[in-house]
Amino acid sequence: MRIKVRKISAGIAEGEAVVTREAITFLGGVDAKWGVVVERGHELEGRSIAGKILVLPHTKGSTVGSYVIYQMKKLGTAPLAIIAVKADEMLATGAIISGIPLVDSPSEDVLSIPQGAKLRVNADEGYVEVKD
Amino acid sequence: MHLTKEEERLLAGEGGEALRKAMEILLTLGEMNNAERLIPITSAQVSGVSYKTIGDAGLEFLRDMAESGAKVKVLTTLNPAGAPVEAAHELGFPEEFIRKQREILRAYESMGILVSCTCTPYYVGNLPRFGEHIAWAESSSVIYANSVIGARTNRESAISALAAALVGKVPEYGLHLSENRQGSFRVEIKTKLESSTDYAALGYYVGRNYKGIPVFAGASPQGEDLKALGAALATGAISMFHFAGATPEYREEKLEKIEVGEEELREAWEELNTCEEPDIVTIGCPHASLKEVLAVAKLNPRREVWIFTSRQVKELAERYIKNENIKIIADTCMVVAPLEELGIKCIGVNSAKAAFYSANLSKISVRFDSIENLLREE
Repeated sequence: MRIKVRKISAGIAEGEAVVTREAITFLGGVDAKWGVVVERGHELEGRSIAGKILVLPHTKGSTVGSYVIYQMKKLGTAPLAIIAVKADEMLATGAIISGIPLVDSPSEDVLSIPQGAKLRVNADEGYVEVKD
Repeated sequence: MHLTKEEERLLAGEGGEALRKAMEILLTLGEMNNAERLIPITSAQVSGVSYKTIGDAGLEFLRDMAESGAKVKVLTTLNPAGAPVEAAHELGFPEEFIRKQREILRAYESMGILVSCTCTPYYVGNLPRFGEHIAWAESSSVIYANSVIGARTNRESAISALAAALVGKVPEYGLHLSENRQGSFRVEIKTKLESSTDYAALGYYVGRNYKGIPVFAGASPQGEDLKALGAALATGAISMFHFAGATPEYREEKLEKIEVGEEELREAWEELNTCEEPDIVTIGCPHASLKEVLAVAKLNPRREVWIFTSRQVKELAERYIKNENIKIIADTCMVVAPLEELGIKCIGVNSAKAAFYSANLSKISVRFDSIENLLREE
């Protein structure tokens, strides 16, 4: 299945989906050292987003979150790509300074993509492919 | 978005990696907000300075940007740091914190940014004139520039303001466009406002409950009152206001009206007050003007008061202030300094912004009151 998306930050990536219906806070909600969601009560609490394709509705919290994404990239704990329903400025600047592909405004419901599904994100050509 | 040939070249990386990233940020933010082009700016104010707020992640980014050799294209000043640049040891700030803080400042300085360390750039020579396009971060200076000066800026983030300073341009959207600068509702003030603290309470109440551009009427504020009002409004989502008889872009408009009286101010007052006996009284959020520093001195305080301000105001005011209870501290403030680590539990402030962030960011209790009441001895 191919889903049309809008490019926010350029690049192409392939990997496994980690999907959440809840917003993520990068500052305080994610441990940059291990790339693990640590926000209490979050549905991804304790799960790693490192080396995965993160699918989320949007982010929340401090704009310092942009730096946290950058730090994760340098530590090798960042997601390979991010698919947001609606990207905000914190996420956009974070992805751009870190060189992580980021897309938003999907034509289909990306939040019902199953955990672990194989995805190909092509931000440059504006699509996400869900492989079976 | 339409890009000029030169902008295309920067985006292709011909100006180096830092400038390429800066261009990509401006282009993306522009497209997200339906801007048609980039426009030149004359001034920038960069936030994201305190090690307490940006941490190691921010330091790492800034170090990399600085190493790339990128330099700002316009007059660019800097927000307060987490500790005074020189006297940090005397005040008991942790060694590690001071070291990291200095590294952050060095990174900014090597990009050509003036290490002014103040949230009131307009008091220290970064003063745009009416109608100029600028890229300022720091919500209290953004709202002051738009409302009181009539310069034009969106509420930039630390990174977007830095990107704009490096390129010398911003995407043209939001408050850069005249049609987005008109009032959206009118606030009739139905009570007497007696100090800048009353204006702060008014701003906090309106910022808490409304969005858009408020148009105030029914009082005669001083410049410092407008500064306090704006900083409090900006703790919410408001980046511009008009004030009948006091701000340059005010016009008569037919707008929906709300009334704010004693009851509404009391509501703000009660929400901001969480303790009674402050360990310390702190003034200067946003940084105190010369007039405000001298006004505190005139009250001849008999308990210790810390006044946060710019280096310039400190230098001039200290020549005339002899009271040992008054400590004037430059480069930082009660919001971005790690006061909680200095053992402070209850802080006395006359600023709604300081009250809001002390409670939420530093987890310190607050007594919010006028300077006169805070310094009055029981």
